[in-house]
Amino acid sequence: MSSFSSGKALQELNIRDLSVGYHGQAVVHDVSFDLTAGQIGCLLGPSGCGKSTLLRAIAGFEAVLSGAISLNGEVISSVDYLLPPEQRQIGMVFQDIALFPHLTIADNIAFGLKGMSSRVVSNRVAELLDLIGLVGYEMRYPHSLSGGQQQRVALARAMAPKPKLLLMDEPFSGLDAKLREELVPDIRQILKHEGMSAILVTHDQMEAFAMADTIAVMESGEIHQYGTPYQIYHRPESRFTARFVGQGDFLSAVVCGHDCLDSDLGRIRGVLSDELAIGTQVDLLVRPDDVIHDDASEFKGLVMSKWFRGSHFLYRVKLASGLVVYCFASSHHNHAIGQEIGINIELDHLVVFSK
Amino acid sequence: MMSKQRVVRSHSPFAWLKWAAIGIALLLALPVLVVVANVFTGSGGVWTHLWNTVLADYVSNSLLLMIGVAVGVLCIGVPVAWLTSVCRFPGASVLGWALLLPLAMPAYIIAYTYTGLLDFAGPVQGAIRALSGLGYGEYWFFEIRSLGGAVIMLSLVLYPYVYLMSRAAFLEQSANTLEVSRTLGYSNVSAFFRLALPLARPAIIAGLTLAMMEVLADYGTVQYFGVATFTTGIMRTFYGFGDLAGASQLAGILLLFVCVLIFTERYSRRKLRYHASGLRKASQRELVLSGWRGVAACVFCCLPVLFGFLLPAGVLLYWSVFEAEPLTWDFLLLAWHSFYLAFLAALIVVALALVLSYALRLHPSRSVSTSVASAGVGYALPGTIIAIGVIVPLAWLDHRLINLVKDVSGDKIGLVFSGTIIALLFAYAVRFMAVSLGAVQSGLGKIKPSMDMAGRSLGLTPLQVLKRVHFPLLKGSVLTALLIVFVDVLKELPATLILRPFNFNTLAVRAFELASDERLVDAAPASIMIVLVGLIPVVLLNRSISKHH
Repeated sequence: MSSFSSGKALQELNIRDLSVGYHGQAVVHDVSFDLTAGQIGCLLGPSGCGKSTLLRAIAGFEAVLSGAISLNGEVISSVDYLLPPEQRQIGMVFQDIALFPHLTIADNIAFGLKGMSSRVVSNRVAELLDLIGLVGYEMRYPHSLSGGQQQRVALARAMAPKPKLLLMDEPFSGLDAKLREELVPDIRQILKHEGMSAILVTHDQMEAFAMADTIAVMESGEIHQYGTPYQIYHRPESRFTARFVGQGDFLSAVVCGHDCLDSDLGRIRGVLSDELAIGTQVDLLVRPDDVIHDDASEFKGLVMSKWFRGSHFLYRVKLASGLVVYCFASSHHNHAIGQEIGINIELDHLVVFSK
Repeated sequence: MMSKQRVVRSHSPFAWLKWAAIGIALLLALPVLVVVANVFTGSGGVWTHLWNTVLADYVSNSLLLMIGVAVGVLCIGVPVAWLTSVCRFPGASVLGWALLLPLAMPAYIIAYTYTGLLDFAGPVQGAIRALSGLGYGEYWFFEIRSLGGAVIMLSLVLYPYVYLMSRAAFLEQSANTLEVSRTLGYSNVSAFFRLALPLARPAIIAGLTLAMMEVLADYGTVQYFGVATFTTGIMRTFYGFGDLAGASQLAGILLLFVCVLIFTERYSRRKLRYHASGLRKASQRELVLSGWRGVAACVFCCLPVLFGFLLPAGVLLYWSVFEAEPLTWDFLLLAWHSFYLAFLAALIVVALALVLSYALRLHPSRSVSTSVASAGVGYALPGTIIAIGVIVPLAWLDHRLINLVKDVSGDKIGLVFSGTIIALLFAYAVRFMAVSLGAVQSGLGKIKPSMDMAGRSLGLTPLQVLKRVHFPLLKGSVLTALLIVFVDVLKELPATLILRPFNFNTLAVRAFELASDERLVDAAPASIMIVLVGLIPVVLLNRSISKHH
């Protein structure tokens, strides 16, 4: 088996009914999802939700309790089979970077390139150094590089043997916010340039949005939703997803027709599921940008707190019913805390959860 | 290619390591268990006899020795630590490492040297007599071979423990702490007593307990000075009366003393964690001592280096070169014996430490971590206790073996275990496992588990990861562990004295024997060799400290 596996058209990861755990105790329950070739997926969830365990199972460091993992149609993990990590051709980037401190940058990148002529190896190393923007650092040692540079080298090291799939376990969490903002788009570009399928594990939604084509939202070892960043944010399928991704509040409402809701903020129109009978009590998800400040509105609320964001104000407003919602306002509408302001709801689509 | 036979269900590919670790731990704990068991099962007659005769002497002398040395090491160790870590004065940085030099000087060797200098026939009293014209008994001179002399000797070589620990604590106290106290109206001196000292207290106590363990373990000094303590008592009971039961009983009581020290040390180390909080910015040397204060600080810090190392080492060197018998083949054979034994012991101890450390890394279960912890417990035990604990089970085993062979073949065989260097190696493994474990584990701790995984995901089998990642990264720590154990074995006296095979001598034993025959000058070549080799770990220690800061 060669370390190179270039030229395969379809490189697809399938995960079916997978449970993973320690000592017979499942940490990941009955998880299924697919990742098509060249896509960047993301496992997004709070700490302890099992996302790292799932990633380690894909890498081959954890045995599975039930279900199966297959890559390009070949089963690599099942209840009675575990292909050793070194034979999977799956690259991995770690939270603590884990460069080999006794090797130079070039030797670190070349570490996984075995059984190749030195010319091929040095070409590949040069190509990757160019890609990560660290030409001229070949002979340096990891400790002399900054955190962001080290993480780029770790990425190059993992990509060097052209793995079928690249796994990244919270690769940016050790870096400061500014560096992260620069590095995330860079790395997405590098992965796309190489056409590499990848899975990122993170608890940071902005990182997930900036990096991933598809996101799996995880909680307590289960996948709540698997979709594009747009779907996850605007069409959350569970209360957990709605709360975990983005800011928002739940507004009590009553179904008054197949396209209408009655709420504290008046009648709201939009498409609803046919399954909701008239009179059903529901919670409506409202994002900060759904609630607009409008002095002319008949609906009033008290300003509880406010944040000046330059281009706009973000207000926290208490309604007559006692419910508190976020509200966007143009930055010219400067109201004092305790003042009563008018607000209106503007929704493109309705996200409701029955009570 | 991907044959379905290659099923890897087990989470632990090296399951045997776990059992190896438990086995090693049991073996290394055996001597301690034997001694403890003897305390409770020994015959009452021996006990009453000990109680009626010598025990009171042993207890009071050991306690007085401990109190004296405690005062001594605190009075030297803490002030020099504070001066070299917080103050700036001429020579401060050189003294920072020079103050560690007495660590290379075993207590029994410094005792021989000062006796040679200060006793009646020595150059100092000789000079006094020549200058004053007084004769024997007509003037007073300090009797070095006394309890007080032992206190001074032990203090001179043991203060570095307190110095090291408290210096680290003072360096970790951020400069801000001192500055805050100044803004709150404290002078430098009152800030030292109200702040720096209380903050460093757990570290000072930890260093003090280490020094006290060495005091309890000392045999060469007190034996030579004729101070009857537990260690000399154990030797006398064992050698003089051939009374193994009595020796074990004494060893058991000594073990109680040691236990108190171990718990004190553990407790203060736990507190150390809480005390070392806040900003970890090392304090800059900022208290400038100029003029006479700087000179006074410099002189004060020079004295321990001078009397604890430079003077005795210089005297030993002089004796070796100008006065001792010229080097003979016997001496070279002796050195070869010592080095070969120490090297063999180091190899075995470090190999066992590697097995234990890897077992803990791959199977971090409670049974393994308990095993590793108990394997290191011998570091606190005096060599005499370990020797008794080793000889009892090995002698039992030998008698079984002799009888067995006699029954089966009719042949008579000698002592296989207790009469050979196997007994010595066993005792060294018990005594020095902790230092070796410490070095190996700190090295292994730097190889993060994610590096193993990175290696695997880049196509390496576990054995290849060991070869290409662990081996190059662990080399340095393993070498350090080998060196430290090597030097410690070379210096070890009481266990070697008890357990060595008939007519098998080492440098330490030879120095002890020559000194006992009052041939102090002839003991110098062996002594200076031990001191010179002892400098190696001091240099290593100093390097790791300066890297740390």
